[in-house]
Amino acid sequence: MKTMTYTIQDELGIHARPAGVLVKEVKKFQSKIMLEGNGKKAEAGKLLAIMGMGIKHGTEVTITAEGPDENEAIAAMEEFFKNNL
Amino acid sequence: MEKYTGKSILKEIAIGKILFYSKDEQVVQRKSITDTAAELARFEKAKEAAVAQLNQLYEKALKEVGEVNAAIFEVHSMMLEDEDFHDSIRNMIEGQKVNAEYAVAVAGDNFSRMFAEMDDEYFRARSADIKDIAERVVSILQGRQGAGELGDEPVILAARDLAPSETVQMDKSKLLGFVTELGSANSHTAILARTMNIPALIGIHTSETMNGKMAVIDGIKGELILDPDEETLFAYQEKKDEQERQKALLQELKGKEDVTRDGKKIRLFANIGSVGDIAKVLANDAGGIGLFRSEFLYLEKQDYPTEEEQFQAYKSALEMMGGRKVIIRTLDIGADKQVEYFGLDKEDNPAMGYRAIRICLDRPEIFQTQLRALLRASAYGNLGIMYPMIISVDEVKRIKDIVKEIKAEFDEKDIPYGNFEQGVMIETPAAVMISGELGKEVDFFSIGTNDLTQYTLAIDRQNAKLDPIYDAHHPAVLKMIQMTIENGHKSGCWVGICGELGADTTLTETFVKMGVDELSVTPASVLPIRKIIRETVADAANVANGDVHF
Repeated sequence: MKTMTYTIQDELGIHARPAGVLVKEVKKFQSKIMLEGNGKKAEAGKLLAIMGMGIKHGTEVTITAEGPDENEAIAAMEEFFKNNL
Repeated sequence: MEKYTGKSILKEIAIGKILFYSKDEQVVQRKSITDTAAELARFEKAKEAAVAQLNQLYEKALKEVGEVNAAIFEVHSMMLEDEDFHDSIRNMIEGQKVNAEYAVAVAGDNFSRMFAEMDDEYFRARSADIKDIAERVVSILQGRQGAGELGDEPVILAARDLAPSETVQMDKSKLLGFVTELGSANSHTAILARTMNIPALIGIHTSETMNGKMAVIDGIKGELILDPDEETLFAYQEKKDEQERQKALLQELKGKEDVTRDGKKIRLFANIGSVGDIAKVLANDAGGIGLFRSEFLYLEKQDYPTEEEQFQAYKSALEMMGGRKVIIRTLDIGADKQVEYFGLDKEDNPAMGYRAIRICLDRPEIFQTQLRALLRASAYGNLGIMYPMIISVDEVKRIKDIVKEIKAEFDEKDIPYGNFEQGVMIETPAAVMISGELGKEVDFFSIGTNDLTQYTLAIDRQNAKLDPIYDAHHPAVLKMIQMTIENGHKSGCWVGICGELGADTTLTETFVKMGVDELSVTPASVLPIRKIIRETVADAANVANGDVHF
């Protein structure tokens, strides 16, 4: 299992648009990718669930990837969060 | 004539007849079904159709309101494809053997409620998005059409609520404005209205009885005037025409230089209160930012903002302005702007109290954090740092010592910083009187006319009783400004005005003739002031003795 943490820089937090892009990104991998933060945890491929976590600006989130392509997945997540959130 | 007050989305006027738009209330009945596989297939088919509609809407929005605003429809179609939303509908159809309409409506309600109960305003507003997609699928299942068509005559649309998809579907050329009861300033519908430049009011009770009546949307006051009398209607028509003439004229001035008829260039900058305002600065074509109030960083937090948070905000402002000047004023709290965690004592006379630079020099740890963030940001653009409420040369020397110490530390640790200018606000009579000496210490002056007026005239700005004698054009104030400009120039400083007087179009010519180098005004005032600058002759004979007649 691979893990990364990231502090959300986006003013609105994980809002609709980046959440949508995140879901698309996650679906490219076979690994199970989870998002944790604000005391909640959800599969990163589920749009309503991750929006429902209400992750705001300044919240630290943990992303884990587990599966055959977990290295590539976590690298893609690092890239995604840095560029979009 | 009736008046209603609501929240305005766009500061403009619309005049026209009202069309009351009512969505047929969606009535969804719970029915028992036996063939769950067939019902699931019905749902799947309706969902596919909904996704296809949303893709079409996305294409339409892309052309009309741009990619960023169109993205909501892409998100809507992804919401429709969401696994949890699906599972919840499938479970109801299979487990409770209910019809697809009912399952979609219940699932929509549940997810919409989840968002409605969240504590953040942005996320709360998303409950309308979920409702919108659920209603779309239900409409398709029921074989009904979506948003209604507008007639031939342009109208002001009144509705209880408008979904983003409805807003985009409407023919813009037939839509003068809209009024809704529900919705927030943060909703996608409001954002779309703003982008499409349609005057809109929210939070106004709408009803069927408004249908067909003449109405005015006053976006400046946030009012809906129903059945206006002839006089009111005429006045608004005049106002609207004037607004449109002005808009057209100003559009012409965009991109033009801020230069007088005899060739003197004036720097015409904008005042802002947060990074979010920079879009307005760019839209109004200001040459830079002459006053960036840094208080927002402190006011919106529960605790002192860190060096990193401040650095990021300053850096993004500098980068967004792409090499144009950005003058950031250091913390100016106290007086009328209180922040709880600073733990400031209540004062009888806060305007003359413990505020601004006085706090910063008394509690240097707060000041150092801000200065470190500013110096680090200076590597990313054309920065000016401005210190408020200065009354002595000693204060400026102490500030410069702190800046020097930070520079020395950065040099030692190889932390990058760029070139930047330092200046002081001239907003106390004391600063005006010693402006010759102050000018030797700094690169620029910026005259804060609001405080300078209240201190010069000894009139408390907060006391409404004194309004009748508060004369912003008082000769004493204008002489103070002239003296500051002259002393600044003698000691090699450039001199600007960033208070409200800077945007007073009746004084622009006077200031230009006094020799002012910069005017910093609200973004909306930039183009009207540009117009006057371009019509003014700076070096007229009546300023021969350096004396302007007031």
